[in-house]
Amino acid sequence: MSAPRSGIAHYWVALRAMLVLTVGLGVAYPLVITGIGQLALPAQANGSTETVDGEVVGSALIGQSFSDADGNPLPEWFQPRPSAAGDGYDAGASSGSNYGPENTDLIAAIEERKAQIAEFNGVDPDEIPADALTASASGLDPHISPEYALLQVDRIAATRDLPVDDVRALVEAHVQSRDLGYLGEPTVNVLQLNIALEALQA
Amino acid sequence: MDVFFAILQVATLVLILALLYRPLGDYMAHVYTSKKDLKAERGFYRIIGVDPSVEQTWKSYLRGVLAFSVVGLLFVYLLQRFQAVLPYSLGLPAVPEGLSFNTAASFVANTNWQSYSPDITMGYTVQIAGLAVQNFVSAAVGIAIAIALVRGFTRRESATIGNFWVDLTRGILRLLLPLSVVGAVVLIASGVIQNFNGFTEITTLSGGVQNLPGGPVASQEVIKNLGTNGGGFFNANAAHPFENPNAWTSLFQNVLMLMIPFSLPRTFGRMVGNHKQGYAILAVMGSIFVASLTFLTLFELNGAGTAPQLAGGAMEGKEQRFGIFASTLFGSTSTLTSTGAVNSMHDSYTALGGMMPMINMMLGEVAPGGVGSGLYGMLVLAIIAVFVGGLLVGRTPEYLGKKIGPKEIKLASLYILVTPTIVLLGTALSFAIPAIRADVESTSIWNPGVHGLSEVLYAFTSAANNNGSAFAGLTANTPWFNTALGVAMLLGRFIPIVLVLALAGSLAAQDKVPATAGTLPTHRPQFVGLLVGVTVVITALTYFPVLALGPLAEGLQ
Repeated sequence: MSAPRSGIAHYWVALRAMLVLTVGLGVAYPLVITGIGQLALPAQANGSTETVDGEVVGSALIGQSFSDADGNPLPEWFQPRPSAAGDGYDAGASSGSNYGPENTDLIAAIEERKAQIAEFNGVDPDEIPADALTASASGLDPHISPEYALLQVDRIAATRDLPVDDVRALVEAHVQSRDLGYLGEPTVNVLQLNIALEALQA
Repeated sequence: MDVFFAILQVATLVLILALLYRPLGDYMAHVYTSKKDLKAERGFYRIIGVDPSVEQTWKSYLRGVLAFSVVGLLFVYLLQRFQAVLPYSLGLPAVPEGLSFNTAASFVANTNWQSYSPDITMGYTVQIAGLAVQNFVSAAVGIAIAIALVRGFTRRESATIGNFWVDLTRGILRLLLPLSVVGAVVLIASGVIQNFNGFTEITTLSGGVQNLPGGPVASQEVIKNLGTNGGGFFNANAAHPFENPNAWTSLFQNVLMLMIPFSLPRTFGRMVGNHKQGYAILAVMGSIFVASLTFLTLFELNGAGTAPQLAGGAMEGKEQRFGIFASTLFGSTSTLTSTGAVNSMHDSYTALGGMMPMINMMLGEVAPGGVGSGLYGMLVLAIIAVFVGGLLVGRTPEYLGKKIGPKEIKLASLYILVTPTIVLLGTALSFAIPAIRADVESTSIWNPGVHGLSEVLYAFTSAANNNGSAFAGLTANTPWFNTALGVAMLLGRFIPIVLVLALAGSLAAQDKVPATAGTLPTHRPQFVGLLVGVTVVITALTYFPVLALGPLAEGLQ
């Protein structure tokens, strides 16, 4: 055996190397990692699902719509951010809007959302936080800001005939502070909040 | 208060990288200089038919790199073409020829540009056996080239620069694979999925239907970052909550992207026998990194532009769990390395904010750059800086005891000309050829006006510099972009590699010259300043006119 000298010999070495590496890195490695994940960390490895009465209703990590069949927001649920994934929160088509800062379609959409959210919640348009008016990067953002959640409290309480203070307390209990106290931003998980809201009513 | 949290996040990242610098850098030096082969490695060399004790000339080393890359290109191409008959393909059809070529070129060139939406194009087998394998091996190739160049500086009158197959094997087996296994488990524990479940249809809380995706994501996510590749398992890349579920995993992915590129200067210092030389390179990389991150963050926090002003903040295309700062940190890391992963959509950044990822790539991705490619790119710039310094003060240009003669300067000059030529030519052709221009404007460009030009400029900048991020509104799955960007990625990867290996060969063949009073010291702050200056000036002179037509025009309206 010696180091390959001719051009053809290099290709023969490369071909054998690629075959072995594909088996090792492309088959064995992901299978071993999957094995570790499924045995030691099955909840996370399978998507951090949320259940109600034993039925999976979604993933804590993947946002979902709380709208009717025509896409109109349902007033009895906390509403998530606007979504550019498919027709909204299509988990098979993650995507941002990719609109640039001067795109007239985006400007019109923000104006429309502002008016809609203000009317829907009976609030001043200037109170609406930025996350409520903008589509996320993934289109599957499971979170809203605590400000946007609190802004929806009165509407939820009125629609569900619940005491405003109870709903507000529920939101405050669901505010997740920054990771490790300083990473990222404070959030409210919309699905988890709505599950707790349903439990509050029951 | 927010500024305080932002500084604390950077401080955490800096602390982790600082703690890794010496042990990881020294370990990598050991990996590539050790005389011993592991048992598994000996078995591998036997199978592929290589004698690990035989060294190669730079030409033979290069032939190995090219042969390995051509075979990789064919593998990834054929896997996509035969997707329909592969297991775990989720019922997806074969990937079309043009897109298969583009994707194969992209992953072999360590770029991971994605003209396609993975969610609806690539089944599990293509992802794990095609794309993720290239994530490992293209990264190992990059480090091998950098090590070969460093050997050029350390050797005297040597005809050889190492053995490519040994460098490749050790990079994978001793460095990338063990780190990936640990990193993948950390990611799963933090919420990244790892399964072969396919799509699961569920009834949502309000009675709707949602198809939750599955996939072996963590095993790919870790090497996509560690190898500065960047190709997402999902279309939304690291903005997808299954790839990057929280602000902690986002910080961890920053560490993965930066740990090898920022530790390689230590490896370099150890191999050339002077740690101060490593610290000088580190200082150049670090200062450019901090400056660029600061600019991007300020632009996004400022939120200039009609839409961000109307919304009350630049949150379009950003995730709430990351907010603005964890987004700009990730975007800076991803484009200052050759990763190109995104946890926010760069197309929706403010005009001047969106210019920063472009500038990061235009700098040649050297602060700290891709695994290996960052170090060799910076060492080429160091050669230019030594030459410029020599011209300014009339000193003999030499670097680390090697004379920087006409041959070295020619190779270094060609190196810094390659990517700008591809970027500017590709962008110009997209608009200069009438038929292509019509197609680009009607099919590909998403945002109207000058922002559309920025999308095309970004695409060629990303491809030629092997980054892979995008102004993702651009529809790149067209015959023109699949071909032009595919060619740009291959040329942008392999022409510089040819030049760097030729440089390594030329330097290794020289004897060392002793340092004299006339030698420019290359481990002092003065040289750090000179090298930062050379890096910035070369980029500014090359790209300022085209930036003025795109993001600057939009931002200064």
